[in-house]
Amino acid sequence: MEQLMSDLKKQIIEALNLKHLKPENIGDDQPLFGDGLGLDSIDALELIVLLQQSYKVKIDNPQDGPQIFRSVKTIAEYIRAHQTA
Amino acid sequence: MSRIFVTGMGNISPQKTWGDGTLLAEITAYTTDRLSCVEPDYSQWFDPRQLRRMSRVLKMGVASGSIALKEAGIAVPDAIITGTGYGCLEDTGIFLTKLVENHEEALNPTPFIQSTHNTIGSLIALQLQCQGYNQTYTQDAFSFESSLLDAILMIKEEPALNVLTGGVDEITDYSHIIQRRFGKFTSDNTSNLDLFKNENGIVNGEGSTYIVLSGAKKDYHVCVESVATLYKADDAALRKAINELLGNSGLTAKDIGCLLLGTSGNERHDKVLLDHADQLFPQSTVGRYKHLCGEHPVASAFAFWLGVKILQEQTIPGAILMPGVQAASAPENILIYNQYGGTHHSFILLKSCRDSG
Amino acid sequence: MKGSVHVAGIGAITAIGNSVDECMRSFRQHTSGIGSITLFDSIHRGVLPVGEVKATNETLAANVGQPEYISRTALLGIQAAREAVASAGIDIAKWRTGLISATTVGGMDRTENFFPDFLQDNKKGKLHDVVNHACGRSTELIADDLGIHHFISTINTACSSSVNAIAYGTRLINHGMLDIVVAGGSDALSKFTLNGFNSLMILDREPCRPFDASRKGLNLGEGAGFVVIVSQRVLEQEKKKSLAVVAGYGNTNDAYHQTASSPEGRGSYAAMQKALAMSGLSLEAIDYINLHGTGTLNNDASEGTAVKRFFGEHLPKLSSTKAFTGHTLGASGGIEAVFSVLALTQQCVFPNLRFETAMPEVDIVPQQKFEETTVNHVMSNSFGFGGNCSSIIFSK
Repeated sequence: MEQLMSDLKKQIIEALNLKHLKPENIGDDQPLFGDGLGLDSIDALELIVLLQQSYKVKIDNPQDGPQIFRSVKTIAEYIRAHQTA
Repeated sequence: MSRIFVTGMGNISPQKTWGDGTLLAEITAYTTDRLSCVEPDYSQWFDPRQLRRMSRVLKMGVASGSIALKEAGIAVPDAIITGTGYGCLEDTGIFLTKLVENHEEALNPTPFIQSTHNTIGSLIALQLQCQGYNQTYTQDAFSFESSLLDAILMIKEEPALNVLTGGVDEITDYSHIIQRRFGKFTSDNTSNLDLFKNENGIVNGEGSTYIVLSGAKKDYHVCVESVATLYKADDAALRKAINELLGNSGLTAKDIGCLLLGTSGNERHDKVLLDHADQLFPQSTVGRYKHLCGEHPVASAFAFWLGVKILQEQTIPGAILMPGVQAASAPENILIYNQYGGTHHSFILLKSCRDSG
Repeated sequence: MKGSVHVAGIGAITAIGNSVDECMRSFRQHTSGIGSITLFDSIHRGVLPVGEVKATNETLAANVGQPEYISRTALLGIQAAREAVASAGIDIAKWRTGLISATTVGGMDRTENFFPDFLQDNKKGKLHDVVNHACGRSTELIADDLGIHHFISTINTACSSSVNAIAYGTRLINHGMLDIVVAGGSDALSKFTLNGFNSLMILDREPCRPFDASRKGLNLGEGAGFVVIVSQRVLEQEKKKSLAVVAGYGNTNDAYHQTASSPEGRGSYAAMQKALAMSGLSLEAIDYINLHGTGTLNNDASEGTAVKRFFGEHLPKLSSTKAFTGHTLGASGGIEAVFSVLALTQQCVFPNLRFETAMPEVDIVPQQKFEETTVNHVMSNSFGFGGNCSSIIFSK
């Protein structure tokens, strides 16, 4: 789980072009949207693409985004739960 | 009838045309067929969270818009009007590439969203929270002229308005390669400064110019008199248009102290401009600009910026004069005469207006 | 508004008809044009419904006597613009005539054919496929076909583009710069836009249901719609019938987000407000609204909220015709302007297909049947990416 979260932080920084941040700047439980990291709905769509490309996990309904992407931890949990072996 | 005053300008081009410094004192020479912008440090206008999603053309556009508004002392304009011939090419190329490589699967939305032509003007509106009139024109080499005309009409309708209007176009690696395949560019590696000596072809250019126009004068003493576009016009139609344009402003050719000629380096296309300059404006100082900014759909926006600066500072920079051309005394009126591809001709008439307003 | 600007001619080609009359017939018969992709190969064929014009490029090119490679956007535009000029019955060469077109796709439908070869080897790919890529080129091709060289311009403000073209044309006539303007827009279906909208996850896998509680998104469409607008003087001298008057228009920016509309629809509200103020009409005077109504969760809720707020108890009959045509992007304003004029000339309102239940966010029940009724003033809304909001009013 730790490794997955660590990888995710690097991938999120890369995918969302958050060059001003380092992985250690993003807390496991830190809210990613709203006041947290300040991501928006376009970033949510980019994260959907990230999950599909890097983890083969598909999210069909963008409305599920806010729940899944609440923090790096919730994303990691979702991947673990939905990744096919 | 209300006059149309220039109250602020911002320009980013293949020359150093932002920040302090004497007009075109520092000239960048190129020996390629591609003139790329000399860009400022964008972090002075945007924080990292904004910058992360902005492509180069968006940074150029929003930054030059900010420079213009700051000069005009306006926080939020009443209208934002943008002209762009090619729109946001980088993001268009990125999305197209991914479309092909990924076979339509798992495509990133950001480049698609930012590929639309109106992204530049919309982003300015979003950053400034400007809910006023917002328009984007994309008519090849009439893109800036279309924006300018719209802005002029707006101020004639409501002189109290402050209108931000401009022209933005970028070169990308893909667009340059493709354009080169059409054989438009000069193939030798001589300096862009010798472009008109050789007339061997054009050089590619890019740039972003935004201007604030208003019915009330501020620090600039320059007015926009008129703008005209002619599509596929012949020699006779062009001469007629020149006469009408001057006549409508109560001027003759003798009153044009400086003629800014949009010759591009293509001998065939440049001929009619050079002939008209010789025959119709023998007493005007003729300056060129495309050796400095390169050929691109909004090159006339660079010429506009240049023309306003010349009228404001009452000097003609040596960089725009061909060898042997002497600058006449401080001009009162400048006519920009642009052409693009031999099919798009346009005129912009600028006047010094120290006494009015 | 200085003097009246009249609509003297209309032309359209959409998924529901290759001419104005054919479109009208489809409305009467409630026949939607939404179906499966046939124009190009795609992984989305059979998955994402679209509103294709029922004509191949070969047919379109033959109809207008142009080569196929000039791009579908230009072919559609030429057809509709020709119909508009023919329907006006005026020799436009006699007057100071301009063409103001609008497009978001431009020649992209050809460029995307170029790219696969180009990416493998940048010396490959047919140059014919990219020579007309720029949006302005589509307009120039239409201008060349119609012989309009006096004044040309192209607007691209995403989905509000062609309403802006008509509004700008009206202003140019009011300023005395032009006598006649052929104004509208054209957009062809392309893999670029189909995949682009799919990446935003706002496409419905079923035929769209604008303003319905269970709506899931839009269906992409294609087409072209043009009006010929003329000054009072031209109308009188040419002794032509006025189909409609351009009564008012408004252009604003929502300034909320790059792709989403503000929940309260502030940009939409302000655009309608500006249009109505310019027209001098009261709220109750509007008989029918042709909604932007794309079928996305965001647009319909936002637009619905704005419409309800603006009209209050005076909500007129309203519907989105995108359930028939799909979302024709830059052409939508022009096509829907033609439909708005038809509402006035045919004295009818159009149905909002597939509506069953009002949105919980805002209780609006659109017009569900084609109906002949008194229509004196029509409002048409077009709201686009980048917050570009436009509204236009046509009067009898």
